[in-house]
Amino acid sequence: MNMAPQLSWYLALSAVLFTIGVVGVLIKRNVISMFMCIELMLNAVNLTFVAFSSFFHDVSGQLFVFIVMTVAAAEAAVGLGIIIAIFRNRESLDVDDSSVMKL
Amino acid sequence: MAIGCAISMVAQRNPLYSAISLIGVFISLACLYVTLSAPFIAAVQVIVYAGAIMVLVVFVIMLLNIDQAECQPRRLRSLVPIAVGLAAVLFAEAAFMIFFVQASAATPAHTVSDVGLTSSIGTGLFTSYLLPFEITSILLLMAIVGAMSLARRGGLIPPQAQGGETGTSNPE
Repeated sequence: MNMAPQLSWYLALSAVLFTIGVVGVLIKRNVISMFMCIELMLNAVNLTFVAFSSFFHDVSGQLFVFIVMTVAAAEAAVGLGIIIAIFRNRESLDVDDSSVMKL
Repeated sequence: MAIGCAISMVAQRNPLYSAISLIGVFISLACLYVTLSAPFIAAVQVIVYAGAIMVLVVFVIMLLNIDQAECQPRRLRSLVPIAVGLAAVLFAEAAFMIFFVQASAATPAHTVSDVGLTSSIGTGLFTSYLLPFEITSILLLMAIVGAMSLARRGGLIPPQAQGGETGTSNPE
Protein backbone atom coordinates (compact mmCIF):
# COMPACT_ATOMS: atom_id res chain seq x y z
CA MET A 1 0.00 0.00 0.00
CA ASN A 2 1.33 3.35 -1.01
CA MET A 3 1.70 5.48 2.08
CA ALA A 4 3.12 8.57 0.40
CA PRO A 5 0.95 11.58 1.19
CA GLN A 6 -1.58 12.25 -1.50
CA LEU A 7 -2.94 15.62 -2.46
CA SER A 8 -6.47 14.57 -1.60
CA TRP A 9 -5.50 13.92 2.00
CA TYR A 10 -4.50 17.52 2.50
CA LEU A 11 -7.60 18.71 0.69
CA ALA A 12 -9.80 16.50 2.87
CA LEU A 13 -8.16 17.79 6.03
CA SER A 14 -8.62 21.33 4.78
CA ALA A 15 -12.30 20.67 4.07
CA VAL A 16 -12.78 19.21 7.53
CA LEU A 17 -11.12 22.19 9.20
CA PHE A 18 -13.14 24.65 7.12
CA THR A 19 -16.36 22.84 8.00
CA ILE A 20 -15.48 22.91 11.69
CA GLY A 21 -14.87 26.64 11.38
CA VAL A 22 -18.25 27.13 9.71
CA VAL A 23 -19.95 25.15 12.48
CA GLY A 24 -18.18 27.25 15.07
CA VAL A 25 -19.26 30.51 13.47
CA LEU A 26 -22.83 29.25 13.23
CA ILE A 27 -23.25 27.90 16.76
CA LYS A 28 -20.98 30.10 18.84
CA ARG A 29 -22.34 33.03 20.79
CA ASN A 30 -19.18 34.68 21.97
CA VAL A 31 -17.67 37.23 19.60
CA ILE A 32 -14.11 36.12 20.32
CA SER A 33 -14.97 32.48 19.68
CA MET A 34 -16.52 33.39 16.34
CA PHE A 35 -13.37 35.39 15.61
CA MET A 36 -11.16 32.38 16.29
CA CYS A 37 -13.36 30.19 14.10
CA ILE A 38 -12.83 32.66 11.26
CA GLU A 39 -9.09 32.32 11.82
CA LEU A 40 -9.52 28.56 11.59
CA MET A 41 -11.27 28.90 8.23
CA LEU A 42 -8.46 31.12 6.94
CA ASN A 43 -5.96 28.47 8.00
CA ALA A 44 -7.90 25.75 6.20
CA VAL A 45 -7.68 27.75 2.98
CA ASN A 46 -3.98 28.33 3.63
CA LEU A 47 -3.46 24.59 3.89
CA THR A 48 -5.13 24.16 0.50
CA PHE A 49 -2.88 26.80 -1.02
CA VAL A 50 0.30 25.27 0.35
CA ALA A 51 -0.74 21.75 -0.69
CA PHE A 52 -1.44 22.80 -4.27
CA SER A 53 1.71 24.89 -4.38
CA SER A 54 3.82 22.01 -3.18
CA PHE A 55 2.27 19.40 -5.44
CA PHE A 56 2.29 21.52 -8.58
CA HIS A 57 5.71 23.12 -7.95
CA ASP A 58 4.39 26.64 -8.22
CA VAL A 59 5.48 29.32 -5.82
CA SER A 60 2.36 31.47 -6.30
CA GLY A 61 0.34 29.55 -3.74
CA GLN A 62 2.80 30.24 -0.96
CA LEU A 63 2.90 33.93 -1.89
CA PHE A 64 -0.86 34.00 -1.58
CA VAL A 65 -0.57 32.29 1.79
CA PHE A 66 1.83 35.02 2.86
CA ILE A 67 -0.62 37.72 1.78
CA VAL A 68 -3.52 35.90 3.46
CA MET A 69 -1.53 35.82 6.71
CA THR A 70 -0.94 39.56 6.43
CA VAL A 71 -4.63 40.16 5.89
CA ALA A 72 -5.42 37.92 8.86
CA ALA A 73 -3.06 39.87 11.09
CA ALA A 74 -4.62 43.17 10.04
CA GLU A 75 -8.07 41.70 10.56
CA ALA A 76 -7.07 40.49 14.03
CA ALA A 77 -5.85 43.92 15.08
CA VAL A 78 -8.87 45.82 13.78
CA GLY A 79 -11.36 43.15 14.85
CA LEU A 80 -10.08 42.99 18.40
CA GLY A 81 -10.14 46.78 18.55
CA ILE A 82 -13.78 46.72 17.50
CA ILE A 83 -14.51 43.99 20.07
CA ILE A 84 -12.96 46.09 22.83
CA ALA A 85 -14.96 49.12 21.71
CA ILE A 86 -18.21 47.11 21.68
CA PHE A 87 -17.41 45.72 25.11
CA ARG A 88 -16.83 49.21 26.46
CA ASN A 89 -20.18 50.35 25.16
CA ARG A 90 -22.32 47.31 25.93
CA GLU A 91 -20.58 45.37 28.73
CA SER A 92 -21.23 42.15 26.86
CA LEU A 93 -19.64 39.88 24.31
CA ASP A 94 -22.80 38.08 23.23
CA VAL A 95 -23.68 38.67 19.63
CA ASP A 96 -27.39 38.79 20.43
CA ASP A 97 -26.80 41.85 22.58
CA SER A 98 -25.08 43.56 19.68
CA SER A 99 -27.70 42.85 17.06
CA VAL A 100 -28.67 46.49 16.73
CA MET A 101 -26.23 49.21 15.86
CA LYS A 102 -27.68 52.01 17.96
CA LEU A 103 -26.92 52.11 21.62
CA MET B 1 -4.28 16.03 15.75
CA ALA B 2 -5.39 19.13 13.88
CA ILE B 3 -8.94 17.81 13.61
CA GLY B 4 -9.01 16.88 17.28
CA CYS B 5 -7.81 20.30 18.35
CA ALA B 6 -10.31 21.97 16.04
CA ILE B 7 -13.23 19.95 17.41
CA SER B 8 -12.04 20.72 20.91
CA MET B 9 -11.93 24.40 19.98
CA VAL B 10 -15.55 24.42 18.90
CA ALA B 11 -16.67 22.24 21.78
CA GLN B 12 -15.06 24.28 24.55
CA ARG B 13 -17.32 26.76 26.19
CA ASN B 14 -14.62 28.83 27.81
CA PRO B 15 -12.98 31.01 25.14
CA LEU B 16 -9.56 30.68 26.77
CA TYR B 17 -9.49 26.89 26.39
CA SER B 18 -10.79 27.38 22.88
CA ALA B 19 -7.86 29.70 22.14
CA ILE B 20 -5.38 27.15 23.45
CA SER B 21 -6.91 24.48 21.24
CA LEU B 22 -6.62 26.86 18.31
CA ILE B 23 -2.90 27.22 19.05
CA GLY B 24 -2.70 23.42 18.80
CA VAL B 25 -4.35 23.59 15.39
CA PHE B 26 -1.83 26.21 14.24
CA ILE B 27 1.16 24.21 15.44
CA SER B 28 -0.02 21.02 13.78
CA LEU B 29 -0.69 22.94 10.56
CA ALA B 30 2.88 24.25 10.74
CA CYS B 31 4.12 20.66 11.00
CA LEU B 32 2.05 19.82 7.91
CA TYR B 33 3.66 22.73 6.07
CA VAL B 34 7.08 21.32 6.88
CA THR B 35 6.07 17.97 5.44
CA LEU B 36 4.84 19.83 2.37
CA SER B 37 8.38 21.22 1.92
CA ALA B 38 7.35 24.78 2.76
CA PRO B 39 9.61 25.70 5.69
CA PHE B 40 9.25 29.44 5.25
CA ILE B 41 5.47 29.30 5.44
CA ALA B 42 5.74 27.01 8.46
CA ALA B 43 7.98 29.50 10.26
CA VAL B 44 5.70 32.39 9.39
CA GLN B 45 2.72 30.35 10.56
CA VAL B 46 4.30 29.78 13.96
CA ILE B 47 5.51 33.35 14.35
CA VAL B 48 2.50 35.24 13.06
CA TYR B 49 -0.42 33.00 13.99
CA ALA B 50 0.70 31.09 17.04
CA GLY B 51 2.73 34.07 18.21
CA ALA B 52 1.24 37.42 17.39
CA ILE B 53 -2.41 36.79 16.66
CA MET B 54 -3.00 34.36 19.50
CA VAL B 55 -1.22 36.62 21.97
CA LEU B 56 -3.62 39.36 20.91
CA VAL B 57 -6.62 37.07 21.25
CA VAL B 58 -5.60 35.70 24.63
CA PHE B 59 -4.85 39.21 25.85
CA VAL B 60 -8.29 40.42 24.83
CA ILE B 61 -9.94 37.36 26.39
CA MET B 62 -8.19 38.00 29.69
CA LEU B 63 -8.90 41.73 29.45
CA LEU B 64 -12.60 41.24 28.88
CA ASN B 65 -13.02 38.21 31.09
CA ILE B 66 -16.54 38.17 32.43
CA ASP B 67 -18.39 35.27 33.94
CA GLN B 68 -20.44 34.30 30.98
CA ALA B 69 -18.36 31.31 30.02
CA GLU B 70 -20.96 28.92 31.38
CA CYS B 71 -23.80 30.90 29.84
CA GLN B 72 -25.98 28.51 27.91
CA PRO B 73 -27.53 29.74 24.71
CA ARG B 74 -30.90 31.11 25.70
CA ARG B 75 -32.66 30.90 22.40
CA LEU B 76 -31.83 29.61 18.96
CA ARG B 77 -30.94 26.34 20.66
CA SER B 78 -33.09 24.44 18.20
CA LEU B 79 -31.13 25.88 15.30
CA VAL B 80 -27.91 24.05 16.20
CA PRO B 81 -28.88 20.83 14.34
CA ILE B 82 -29.76 22.96 11.33
CA ALA B 83 -26.32 24.57 11.49
CA VAL B 84 -24.65 21.18 11.70
CA GLY B 85 -26.75 19.97 8.79
CA LEU B 86 -25.77 22.94 6.66
CA ALA B 87 -22.12 22.31 7.52
CA ALA B 88 -22.57 18.66 6.51
CA VAL B 89 -23.92 19.81 3.15
CA LEU B 90 -20.91 22.08 2.74
CA PHE B 91 -18.52 19.27 3.57
CA ALA B 92 -20.31 16.96 1.15
CA GLU B 93 -19.85 19.53 -1.60
CA ALA B 94 -16.16 19.87 -0.79
CA ALA B 95 -15.68 16.09 -0.76
CA PHE B 96 -17.48 15.78 -4.06
CA MET B 97 -15.22 18.41 -5.58
CA ILE B 98 -12.11 16.70 -4.23
CA PHE B 99 -12.97 13.30 -5.63
CA PHE B 100 -14.22 14.78 -8.88
CA VAL B 101 -10.89 16.52 -9.40
CA GLN B 102 -9.01 13.43 -8.38
CA ALA B 103 -10.92 11.32 -10.86
CA SER B 104 -10.54 13.80 -13.70
CA ALA B 105 -6.90 14.83 -13.57
CA ALA B 106 -3.89 12.85 -12.54
CA THR B 107 -2.27 14.76 -9.73
CA PRO B 108 1.50 14.82 -9.94
CA ALA B 109 3.54 13.04 -7.39
CA HIS B 110 4.99 14.98 -4.54
CA THR B 111 8.69 15.44 -5.02
CA VAL B 112 11.14 17.64 -3.25
CA SER B 113 11.88 20.90 -4.99
CA ASP B 114 13.06 24.38 -4.14
CA VAL B 115 9.58 25.89 -4.31
CA GLY B 116 9.13 26.42 -0.61
CA LEU B 117 12.47 27.99 0.12
CA THR B 118 12.78 31.52 1.30
CA SER B 119 14.80 32.69 -1.69
CA SER B 120 12.26 31.56 -4.25
CA ILE B 121 9.43 33.10 -2.24
CA GLY B 122 11.30 36.39 -2.00
CA THR B 123 12.09 36.38 -5.70
CA GLY B 124 8.49 35.81 -6.63
CA LEU B 125 7.27 38.34 -4.11
CA PHE B 126 9.40 41.16 -5.44
CA THR B 127 9.18 40.46 -9.17
CA SER B 128 5.88 39.14 -10.43
CA TYR B 129 3.82 39.90 -7.32
CA LEU B 130 5.11 43.37 -6.57
CA LEU B 131 1.74 45.09 -6.85
CA PRO B 132 -0.06 42.76 -4.37
CA PHE B 133 2.89 43.23 -2.04
CA GLU B 134 2.50 47.01 -2.13
CA ILE B 135 -1.26 46.74 -1.72
CA THR B 136 -0.65 44.55 1.32
CA SER B 137 1.62 47.17 2.82
CA ILE B 138 -1.05 49.82 2.27
CA LEU B 139 -3.55 47.50 3.94
CA LEU B 140 -1.28 47.09 6.95
CA LEU B 141 -0.94 50.86 7.22
CA MET B 142 -4.73 51.20 7.13
CA ALA B 143 -5.03 48.53 9.84
CA ILE B 144 -2.55 50.36 12.05
CA VAL B 145 -4.40 53.65 11.69
CA GLY B 146 -7.78 51.97 12.23
CA ALA B 147 -6.67 50.08 15.32
CA MET B 148 -5.14 53.22 16.82
CA SER B 149 -8.23 55.30 16.22
CA LEU B 150 -10.42 52.53 17.64
CA ALA B 151 -8.35 51.94 20.74
CA ARG B 152 -7.50 55.55 21.52
CA ARG B 153 -10.41 56.49 23.73
CA GLY B 154 -14.16 56.56 23.60
CA GLY B 155 -14.44 53.52 21.40
CA LEU B 156 -16.69 53.64 18.38
CA ILE B 157 -18.26 56.96 19.31
CA PRO B 158 -15.68 59.52 20.36
CA PRO B 159 -16.78 62.25 22.78
CA GLN B 160 -16.13 64.98 20.22
CA ALA B 161 -18.74 63.51 17.90
CA GLN B 162 -21.36 63.44 20.63
CA GLY B 163 -20.51 67.02 21.59
CA GLY B 164 -20.70 68.00 17.96
CA GLU B 165 -24.17 66.51 17.65
CA THR B 166 -25.47 68.43 20.64
CA GLY B 167 -23.74 71.52 19.32
CA THR B 168 -25.46 71.29 15.96
CA SER B 169 -28.83 70.65 17.56
CA ASN B 170 -28.72 74.05 19.22
CA PRO B 171 -30.19 76.73 16.95
CA GLU B 172 -28.07 79.80 16.71
